[in-house]
Amino acid sequence: MGIALLAIGLGVVAGVLAGMFGVGGGILFVPTLTLGLGLTQLHAEATSLLAIIPTVAAGTWRQHRYGNVRLRPAVVIGLAAVAGVEGGVVVAERLPQGVLERLFGALMIVIAAQVAWRAWRRGRPAAAPSSGNPHNEVP
Amino acid sequence: MRLVLIGLVAGFFSALFGVGGGIVVVPLLLIVGRWQERPAMATSLAAIGIIALAGAISYGLHGELKPGAAALIGLPAAAGAVAGAMLQQRIAGRNLSFLFALVLTVLGVKLLV
Repeated sequence: MGIALLAIGLGVVAGVLAGMFGVGGGILFVPTLTLGLGLTQLHAEATSLLAIIPTVAAGTWRQHRYGNVRLRPAVVIGLAAVAGVEGGVVVAERLPQGVLERLFGALMIVIAAQVAWRAWRRGRPAAAPSSGNPHNEVP
Repeated sequence: MRLVLIGLVAGFFSALFGVGGGIVVVPLLLIVGRWQERPAMATSLAAIGIIALAGAISYGLHGELKPGAAALIGLPAAAGAVAGAMLQQRIAGRNLSFLFALVLTVLGVKLLV
């Protein structure tokens, strides 16, 4: 019972992250399924994809009502990604996983710095003492 | 064409590292596509739906899905996603960038150690 509640709680948290940042939630789903519900890694990764579907459907529905979703680009990116997955699977089977994970981890930190830097630069003119904010992006 | 490349890269990395495609799609849309935060994140979410659907079908054919467990976390997550989208609408674009950078950093550190 406690574990089920924990899984539900982590599900909600993963969903909030998904709706807010446009990530799937699999990052939290997989450990919840393996550590919490005792699934194997393979079953957890597969089941995580299934759990992402209602998450994304609900989040996209809401975002669509806000006018934030660009449907055509979403379909193009999604279909291209399905093709990219095939390539990733082939490479993943051939390369040492540990080294790759570290490289990707470092790359993500660099990208994080770049995302933050862009936002920082963009925001600076708005810090000028004026009543209106020219950089405000009202949808 | 640029969108096709973004999708290919996202799918590739997602399969390689087991990270969700969104963690790749969002920064690419922000940095390469020069999109604003809200459309980038919302569009990434929709794109992930296609990736997850294709993946789930493929795993499902091999009988590796646990629908009960998926519902246990997926249905609360659906409610969470609506809340997350509403929350996002109330946060300024650049603050979303900062928060997303934080999420990326945490994940990056987790992969590094």
